[in-house]
Amino acid sequence: MTALTTGAAAFLARAEGAAPRLPGADLPWLAQLRAEAALAFRGQGFPNRRVEAWKYTDLAAAMQAAFGEPLSRSESLPALPPALHPRAVFVDGHFRPDLSSLAGLAFPVAGLAASLPSLADRLGAVASPIGHPLVALNAMLFEDGLVIDLPAGLAGGVIELLSVATEAERAPTFHPRHLLRLGAGATLTLIERAIGPATRYLHNPVFEIEVAEGARLNHGRLQAEGRDALFLSSVSARVAAGGTYDNFSLIAGARLSRNEIHVALVGAGAAAHMNGAQLIGNGQHADTTTTLDHAAPGCPSRQTYKSVLAGRSRGVFQGKILVRQVAQKTDGYQMNQALLLSEEAEIDAKPQLEIYADDVKCSHGATVGALDPEQLFFLRARGIPKAVAESMLVEAFLTEAVDAIEDEAIREAFAGVVPGWWQGAR
Amino acid sequence: MLKIENLHASIDGKPILQGLSLTIAPGEIHAIMGPNGSGKSTLSYVLAGREGYEVTEGSVTFDGQDLLAMEPEERSIAGIFLAFQAPVELPGVGNANFLRTAINAVRRGRGEAEVDAMQFLKLARARMKVLNMADEMLKRNVNVGFSGGEKKRNEMLQMALLAPRMALLDETDSGLDIDALKLVADTVNSLRGPTFSALVITHYQRLLTHIVPDHVHVLAGGRIVRSGGAELALELEATGYASAAA
Amino acid sequence: MPAVTETLETVQAATEGGYKWGFETDIAMEFAPKGLNEDIVRFISAKKNEPAWLLEWRLKAFAIWQRMEEPRWAAVSFPPIDYQDAHYYAAPTQKVKPKSLDEVDPELLLTYEKLGIPLREQAILAGVDGAPDTPAEGRMPVAVDAVFDSVSVATSYKERLAKDGIIFCAISEAVHEHPDLVRQYLGSVVPQGDNYFAALNSAVFTDGSFVYIPKGVRCPMELSTYFRINAKSTGQFERTLIIADERSQVSYLEGCTAPMRDENQLHAAVVELVALDDATIKYSTVQNWYPGDAEGRGGIYNFVTKRAACRGARSKVSWTQVETGSAITWKYPSCILQGDDSVGEFYSVAITNNRQQADTGTKMFHIGKNTRSTIVSKGISAGYGQNTYRGLVRISPKAHGARNFTQCDSLLIGDRCGAHTVPYIENRCMSAKVEHEATTSRIAEDQLFYCRSRGLSQEEAVGMIVNGFAREVLKELPMEFAVEAQKLLAISLEGSVG
Repeated sequence: MTALTTGAAAFLARAEGAAPRLPGADLPWLAQLRAEAALAFRGQGFPNRRVEAWKYTDLAAAMQAAFGEPLSRSESLPALPPALHPRAVFVDGHFRPDLSSLAGLAFPVAGLAASLPSLADRLGAVASPIGHPLVALNAMLFEDGLVIDLPAGLAGGVIELLSVATEAERAPTFHPRHLLRLGAGATLTLIERAIGPATRYLHNPVFEIEVAEGARLNHGRLQAEGRDALFLSSVSARVAAGGTYDNFSLIAGARLSRNEIHVALVGAGAAAHMNGAQLIGNGQHADTTTTLDHAAPGCPSRQTYKSVLAGRSRGVFQGKILVRQVAQKTDGYQMNQALLLSEEAEIDAKPQLEIYADDVKCSHGATVGALDPEQLFFLRARGIPKAVAESMLVEAFLTEAVDAIEDEAIREAFAGVVPGWWQGAR
Repeated sequence: MLKIENLHASIDGKPILQGLSLTIAPGEIHAIMGPNGSGKSTLSYVLAGREGYEVTEGSVTFDGQDLLAMEPEERSIAGIFLAFQAPVELPGVGNANFLRTAINAVRRGRGEAEVDAMQFLKLARARMKVLNMADEMLKRNVNVGFSGGEKKRNEMLQMALLAPRMALLDETDSGLDIDALKLVADTVNSLRGPTFSALVITHYQRLLTHIVPDHVHVLAGGRIVRSGGAELALELEATGYASAAA
Repeated sequence: MPAVTETLETVQAATEGGYKWGFETDIAMEFAPKGLNEDIVRFISAKKNEPAWLLEWRLKAFAIWQRMEEPRWAAVSFPPIDYQDAHYYAAPTQKVKPKSLDEVDPELLLTYEKLGIPLREQAILAGVDGAPDTPAEGRMPVAVDAVFDSVSVATSYKERLAKDGIIFCAISEAVHEHPDLVRQYLGSVVPQGDNYFAALNSAVFTDGSFVYIPKGVRCPMELSTYFRINAKSTGQFERTLIIADERSQVSYLEGCTAPMRDENQLHAAVVELVALDDATIKYSTVQNWYPGDAEGRGGIYNFVTKRAACRGARSKVSWTQVETGSAITWKYPSCILQGDDSVGEFYSVAITNNRQQADTGTKMFHIGKNTRSTIVSKGISAGYGQNTYRGLVRISPKAHGARNFTQCDSLLIGDRCGAHTVPYIENRCMSAKVEHEATTSRIAEDQLFYCRSRGLSQEEAVGMIVNGFAREVLKELPMEFAVEAQKLLAISLEGSVG
């Protein structure tokens, strides 16, 4: 067991100190879950670059900073953007029914803290803390979250999840745990948004998602955290036969962003579409790490990720496709493209294939480069000034990713982000 | 209007244009013909300002201004239009958006009034009708998935909307069927007038039946080796380049 | 179709004995006592009569090695190696260094004949001059440095090459004849402390090839080294150093085999290449170390460090490898593209059958301006083999105009094996362009059926399809190797389909 960095030791101490006062302290199964997480966390701490999965993102270094105590409550009511759909609002990781607008939903939505006694078989069923420091951290310290349970066959429509961070003297940390379960044949669109002030805070959300036979979850995520925030997120999804999990992540904020998505296709014909764009500006470090586990035959998977880097920034993409021996007739495709717009940007990509079945179609591609000089010349030869031509091409690059979002609600919600970002980043 | 004097240009240190001189007065249409590798495309790229070409000697003035000192967009605003041989695709860039941005950039540069969305559509549709272009081509991404003929129409649409005073047609006729060829010719001819000139670079005589040039030049070994009237093109078609260059 | 006929013949021959290079040579040998310590290092240095500076260099490496830990990050697993349980010096006993082949132990010569390696210059020349048994195509003579259990026993064509100023000899000889050159370049591309196995090699290497091509000289024949491990319980640690001075060119071939044994033997070689302005080095390897039996017993551990420094402007290094043997292969032939406009290439076919494991690939470091690298990797996995491509493309901030293209393809035969790809792309330069593609495929039933409906046997069909899959790499091999490699591919996969 390696010695813990001061950052990791501090979090461990915080967790131990807060344990009796955390929600569900009286539930033995939860106490055990938290204890196992603490054990797993103690074993690995915050990984540094010598840990393969964190090779390009030094979490240990980032977590040395000082953070606020758990169980703190903010009294301020932040200004909320208008809601286009039924919406659950979280402030500093706490569910706020008073700020939410959930009338008219055809399915039950509850806060995690209030529902704990009934969650013994759901919490921790999909996400494990072992080998996953973000899940371990979350398991030790979560206080609240969203619980969604869609009955079989129900078309759930659209629901928004808005997470807002507040300003505080000592950087607040919150670790919401969200549990989503879709019954057989059910459908749902989840639009997740994370925003916050320009001061420092840590948002560590963990999603555990179960998609039953033939069900479909369209999950759109907009990470627009504050300029100094840390966004450390892990999404785990398990998809049964014939089900579909569709995830689009638009990463635009935070000083350090780690967007982990782990999808397991466990039934024949289960499908995963994972797409996203990372808009990385000066001073930002954005890391998208995905694993796609083909654990059943005949499953198709598609991933397309684009990153644009401006100023002094760092982009990381790690995408692993695992095809188990039983997963014959897998059809997997992954494409990762990065556009470097400044001399001080760095992109690291590690698209990985681990294949144990032979009757599969699996491919991945990665390209890295700057704007195409041919395309630039074409626009300029038509009179368009260089700066405008560059903007058009950057937007075109990113818009392609957004346009590919099948779900209309998600696409509309995110349409305005790209043009705005480029104007601000230049 | 366009005066090229003793132009020498190289790519990667390899000399391509080796002392090309040519003067095009307003209202004139010149044709340049020549064998492959003679430097035809290089000439049009150098005139349009593409990177990668080194001008080692000579000068080019356009309306008395030093063209080689101008950025590509400045040349476009000044009135130069290059119709590409193989127009590049712009994935993700909508055709309408691109056209309108270009039109307004050029108008702004020339001190003219810009067009709003409605005005643009009116202008575009009118010209598209003449060019036999379906409305939905405005919605597609620039040149993405366009057939050869559609790409050429798109080029002609741009040319008509940007109102250039000097059009450079770089082997515009390569690979076109007769209908597309006629559209190109019609567009050029519709712009013909005392303030419009064109330099038609072509391998074959075909296009010149429809765009009758005032002067024809033969480009070989990086310079003009022979000049004549429109009938020179027919002679070249009959006898080939080798004898003409001799 | 000649290729098919050859495949057919060699398959027939192989089915009678599997790994046909697995014989042992009975010959007088001398051994250092088992174990690895400072005394052994001194023993080796003394046996070779080395100057003081080289002994110091070895001792420094040994000290570094002792402080290091055996690395375990590759996707291969093997039981712990007992570094004390091997002889670090084993050489055929020879009273005096032979001046001609006649003085070499006839058993040794027989060994190389059995392996099909031509050592007798006369025999080769006769063939070229049109003797009745000349092969159809006129074969250029190939100069060979034969290394037997880490000791160079013969080098052909030395005098002829020396006329052009080319130095081609054993490195142990170069240390005495050309000490300045050796001293200048040894360890300059792979320093002693570079990694665990390089440190070990630097301490105990016994021999290898040394090549120096002077300015402006195009080496008139292919140079090759043939490595043969024979003695039991030894490790093979050869060290090769090739220097191509300005505007020179050389093509170098490396071949290797070993007897069939139940124990695992370690092969930890170091190859350093230096290419100066406008120089070109082509380095081809056909590796066929004993791979272990079908249950995974025995076989060579092939842990090699190979690196090229493209120091000069417009220099070029091509690595071409066909890896069909060894129980475990762990190597990343790399290029450091320092010179402006330098080029690095890596073409590889790696096969893992039965219980073989391979974690191999390349590293391309783009440092100078307008550098280019091309990587084509074809991995073939059958039986229970595990085949991993691991590649790094790193572009420094000032490497303007760098271009990389990588294609890695995996072919899986059967569903008990694994094929993995782990590429690392690290780009810090805006004007660089990197393109990477990887695909996975298998031999489809309909492809096999099509071949068989045209008269090919199952084995022939597999051989053909596999060769087709690997064609892009095989065509980079010098002709000498290309034919061998094709046969090897087919044999290595014998019995894998059906």
